[in-house]
Amino acid sequence: MIQQIAFAIAVIGAFGFAFSKYAQIYRNINLGKAYDTSGSEISRMKNMLLVAFGQKKMFKRIIPAMLHMAVYVAFLITQIELLEILWDGFFGEHRFFMPYLNKIFIPFTSLDLYTVTISMIEILSVCAFGATIAFLARRNALKLPRFQMDEMTGWPKWDGNIILVLEIILITFIFCMNGADEVLYNTGHSHAHGVAYGEKGSYGFVVSQFVGPLLFGWLAEYKELGYWILNIIERVGWWGHILTVLGFLTYLPFSKHLHIMLAFPNTYFAPLNSRGEMENMPDVMNEVKMMMGLTEMSADDPGDEMPEFGAKDVFGLSWKNILDSYTCTECGRCSSVCPANLTGKKLSPRKIVMDVRDRADEIGRNIDAGLYTADNYDDGKSLFDYISREELHACTTCNACVEACPVMISPLEPILKLRRYEILTESAGPGDWVPMFTSIENGGSPWQVADARDKWATDALSEEK
Amino acid sequence: MSELAAQGVEPEVLYWVGCAGSFDARAQKVAVAFAKIMNEAEISFAILGQEESCTGDPARRAGNEFVFQMMALQNIETLNMYNVKKIVTACPHCFNTLKNEYPALGGNYDVMHHTQFINGLIKDGRLKMKGGSAFQGKRITYHDSCYLGRVNGVYEAPREILEQLDNHLVELKRSKTNGLCCGAGGSQMFKEDEPGDKRINIERTEEALETGAEIIVANCPFCITMMTDGVKAKDKQEHVMVVDISEMIVSSNRL
Repeated sequence: MIQQIAFAIAVIGAFGFAFSKYAQIYRNINLGKAYDTSGSEISRMKNMLLVAFGQKKMFKRIIPAMLHMAVYVAFLITQIELLEILWDGFFGEHRFFMPYLNKIFIPFTSLDLYTVTISMIEILSVCAFGATIAFLARRNALKLPRFQMDEMTGWPKWDGNIILVLEIILITFIFCMNGADEVLYNTGHSHAHGVAYGEKGSYGFVVSQFVGPLLFGWLAEYKELGYWILNIIERVGWWGHILTVLGFLTYLPFSKHLHIMLAFPNTYFAPLNSRGEMENMPDVMNEVKMMMGLTEMSADDPGDEMPEFGAKDVFGLSWKNILDSYTCTECGRCSSVCPANLTGKKLSPRKIVMDVRDRADEIGRNIDAGLYTADNYDDGKSLFDYISREELHACTTCNACVEACPVMISPLEPILKLRRYEILTESAGPGDWVPMFTSIENGGSPWQVADARDKWATDALSEEK
Repeated sequence: MSELAAQGVEPEVLYWVGCAGSFDARAQKVAVAFAKIMNEAEISFAILGQEESCTGDPARRAGNEFVFQMMALQNIETLNMYNVKKIVTACPHCFNTLKNEYPALGGNYDVMHHTQFINGLIKDGRLKMKGGSAFQGKRITYHDSCYLGRVNGVYEAPREILEQLDNHLVELKRSKTNGLCCGAGGSQMFKEDEPGDKRINIERTEEALETGAEIIVANCPFCITMMTDGVKAKDKQEHVMVVDISEMIVSSNRL
């Protein structure tokens, strides 16, 4: 009974805390401007299924894709066991699903559904264990360049490693639980649902039926003391597993690992239009139309007040840009293909995305502290305190970062929106661009040329003659 | 275009020359080459001449939406006035802006890049390739421009043309969706580089030289400038040429 009460407190506490954190992130995402989500829902669904669920874009790099797939599939299928753990925790049962599922057999085999399910979890857990070790090695021993860039020092470096260590702990607990339980069953001390006490047998789980006796078998020789210790190991495994899961749930909102949830909405809401189309600015279009006499002066003329164009802060970005930033798992594929970054420029697309998230977090914290409201926010800072002009000016808009992102984030959009703010609202920007703008505006070409535009053709025709 | 309109003739296609094709000495040669190909294939085409202006792409990507809108709305006025339906251009930046950005402003056209257009002419049998080209058996490499390739997904049309030209194509290490930018996009063409270790065009040129190709084929006037500069910086201009696909056809067919 005490276990059940402790369990209920842990679960409700963790979910309650997590819920409040997720609500804050939801609020932060909604600090952004409206975003057009029209367009085919089928295409959106297809993106989500292929890219998030099916991890299509991960497979551009096969080794990390396979490692990631192992962890991902293990995570998905472990949810089945988690359901049982939740049930058992609340109702004080052990392996509640077993007596029901082990009566269902896979057609044409003697394999029952419970053994097969848990065995699958075990096999995938072993794969995930290996993958996690490989991931730790890639980050810390092999020192892959994309994990060593400037923005990957301090917390982001810790974050990446913490998650991996948690995964190792999680998997270790699964095998503690199943392994110790196997030895208990072997010796007739299982307290599983539907197993009579004293009945000797094996669960037959593919990994733990061997690993259990190997690791813990010797304890059974100590009879009662040994059984007592085995029970403790089994409980430590059980509790350790669920507590790590709950820890995960509450840690996610502070972590780049949030991608395991947000990858789904982020791919669903990813733009369906061409990558080549920059978002139109109807305000500017209408203004120019009026100037050119293409439309009548509108009655609701904004007057002398200069409106703000582009984005100076997360308030000027769309909510999708902010969702992008919370979805980012800092893998750095964008930065590793960025031509500016590759040639030593300061720009790193990943840093841009992380900066947007960190700024949104900062604003969220200040709002929660009651310092400002979202509608009336002014802490004297902006995204320009996070992102330098030099970074913005280095972008070639080549879209390599957009192509590289496995969860369809656009690091490019914030860059272009900040450029718009710089040029349109501040009238600043690279000095070299000023004559280019003037030349386009006055001569219709970025170069100042005195020749007629069709001189090349008339010259070519006269040459032929 | 205005002359044809005065005669009441509607050409098959409007050739959008673009600023580079109109004014840049190197790109003018590409414009002439492409015009020769269209003549050879007996395409009736027109240019806007003085009535054409910058699509606004460099202004828009730099952040100057006002200048972009001024150019775009003016061009759309002109194009709609002449009832233009089909446009072909040898510049991927013009191609992208005309195709993807003008519709939101009221300009809807069937826009093709010249590599798509030429590939169509070959397939339809309107352009016959003559054998025995100057490039026969030569080692060449092809550089995907960002705005034709990754942005608009056109990878095959240019490669299909190259197959017709009887040469040995060696792909770059980073090609198609993974292609590396030449360094000119996003209005970088019109400003000094930000501080760094290397220029982007040098990085890309080194990769192209690694293939051992004698000819670097491009599809974009800005890429051609960048890659030509890169080849010069590497002091390889005696051995390696940077050309547009249309120039290869002209030289192969001796037009």
